[in-house]
Amino acid sequence: MGVLNEFFVLPFLDIAEAPLFFIEVIIGGLSAGVMYSLVALGFVLIFKASGVFNFAQGVLALFAALTLVGIMEWGVPAPVALLLTAAVMVGLAFAVERLVLRPLVNQEHIILFMSTIGLAYFLEGLGDTLWGSNVKKLDIGIPEQSFEIGGVLLNQFELVAAATAGTLVAVLAVFFHYTRVGRALRAVADDHQAALSVGIPLKTIWVIVWSVAGIVALVAGIMWGSKSGVQFSLSLIALKALPVLILGGFTSVPGAIVGGLIIGVGEKIGEVYWGPALGGAIENWFAYVLALMFLVFRPQGLFGEKIIERV
Amino acid sequence: MLYREAGQFKSSYGADQAVFPIAQDRWFIAAAAVFAFVVVPLIADDYWLQAILIPLLVYALAALGLNVLTGYAGQLSLGTGGFMAVGAYMSYKITTAFPELNIIVVFLFSGLFSAAVGIVFGLPSLRIKGFYLAVATLAAQFFLIWLFNKVGWFYNYNPSGTIDAPPRAMLGVLITGAEAQPEVKYLTALSLLSVFALLTKNLVRSSVGRAWMAIRDMDIAAEIIGIRPLRTKLLAFAISSFICGVAGAELFALHFGSVETLAFDINLSFLILFMVIIGGLGSILGSILGAAFMVLMPIALTNLFVGGLGMQAVTAKHTEFMVFGGLIIFFLIVEPHGLARLWQIAKEKLRLWPFPY
Repeated sequence: MGVLNEFFVLPFLDIAEAPLFFIEVIIGGLSAGVMYSLVALGFVLIFKASGVFNFAQGVLALFAALTLVGIMEWGVPAPVALLLTAAVMVGLAFAVERLVLRPLVNQEHIILFMSTIGLAYFLEGLGDTLWGSNVKKLDIGIPEQSFEIGGVLLNQFELVAAATAGTLVAVLAVFFHYTRVGRALRAVADDHQAALSVGIPLKTIWVIVWSVAGIVALVAGIMWGSKSGVQFSLSLIALKALPVLILGGFTSVPGAIVGGLIIGVGEKIGEVYWGPALGGAIENWFAYVLALMFLVFRPQGLFGEKIIERV
Repeated sequence: MLYREAGQFKSSYGADQAVFPIAQDRWFIAAAAVFAFVVVPLIADDYWLQAILIPLLVYALAALGLNVLTGYAGQLSLGTGGFMAVGAYMSYKITTAFPELNIIVVFLFSGLFSAAVGIVFGLPSLRIKGFYLAVATLAAQFFLIWLFNKVGWFYNYNPSGTIDAPPRAMLGVLITGAEAQPEVKYLTALSLLSVFALLTKNLVRSSVGRAWMAIRDMDIAAEIIGIRPLRTKLLAFAISSFICGVAGAELFALHFGSVETLAFDINLSFLILFMVIIGGLGSILGSILGAAFMVLMPIALTNLFVGGLGMQAVTAKHTEFMVFGGLIIFFLIVEPHGLARLWQIAKEKLRLWPFPY
């Protein structure tokens, strides 16, 4: 009885007793979810366009943030440093396409997946070699004051993060739908061979996709980096983004956003209300279990394309 | 000239179905076995046994287990570390609860627990596949590690949270514990690996193995020709987790001697997956070659950078990461089918040598 009580009664009593606190928990969850979405977005972009499950996305974020901090340490003003880092990420995209993807064209998915893990190791070593492995502070002037609206405590930083993610998604949506390159990207995502046969250059598309993913990683790296410092653990946010992916579907940009928000909120609520009953520190696996429960009902994720298989 | 099967006639079905149908292969295996069982314990020093050969054998067993699941049955799993942790912690529980039980039996029992856990976490594989499944198996990884950290019962409420291998003997010879001879540990790991490799080799040649491969190649087609996905997939999960569980128990009892959950984190899962892929998916020999490669390469790199080039330890660590990642990509590009394929090619070449036309 005691256990049942702890799992099924007490948490709901807690919620009913302090609704304002519950709203704060949800907002905290949403802001964490936005951050997860940012990372998941990079995964989705690359998976959509090239079918590669890019495990290096987390390390890309770390590498971008490290590069940005490193360039700013030279005394370069923040906007210029941002541009320079973006240029580095584009250069990286070229290198990845030329040195990793092109020789592995037509290999099985698992081989490509493994090669991105290799890439993750490589970038981690490269970042540490170039910029050192100490924890660094990243400050590009995002305000961090807290204020209250209707009794609910809000943090400006979280609002900025949410606004950034929103802008990014809007820009990407416009880019995908209304530009020539975006149309080509969608064509490639639909069918590689058909896209090739109407004359879309696959190699260029890959470079563009990896560049965009690199810049998304840069944004994610900035957000996470200014929140908790630029350090190795930043690359582990990739693991946080994976349940978001299976929840939202590997191929869906809105899925990454909604999935991230669901995971963020679910995780926070689980941690605050059910964490004590389970003994705490559940954030590592709770998101995965949450995502698994969704998967039982929708194997392709919330927004994934319907899986049609033929023999 | 040396490696030619001409003139070797088979006069029974048994001979035709043998694991090693070619006489030269049998001699080679026999020679390798003699070398590994007799010569190595005599000539290797403690450092080689403790730091290189024992982990190599243990990882090879784990890679064998994962290869059953990923290489033969085609189910990508990133939860190997979790399943190995089950083996390690259950072997600790069993051997402390029943101290007089033979340690090998303890290993096998802990493998059974691991198999049960594997079946539970294999259930999603009936609904989802590919990378969705891979991410789902990560749930096993994180949940199991959390469980062994949180629940004191698993480490006997030990204040440090680590588990220590108690001294256990078989036939009067100490196998585990701090006083056990490294040679004995080495031979135990080697025997277990040999037995499991032989069993797995025969299993994948049986109807079970053929069903796995059918599921791997196309699960819907396999279902249509009458292979039950439920039974086949769950059996693959069970057997793979069983082997991984035994490997985890060995990693704890024979290699580390004292572990905490950190030893079984996600990096271990990736390491084992690398071994399987570098070695060769769907190959028993590949598992062993892959394990050898992944154990020896970092040591060789460290020796090269610190000893050979005189780098600082920290710089060497970072450079090692870079070279390691680069080498993995390089290997995947040069030979995506792994070291086992290289071995195959070498054998083909040797058959024609020295007259290649």
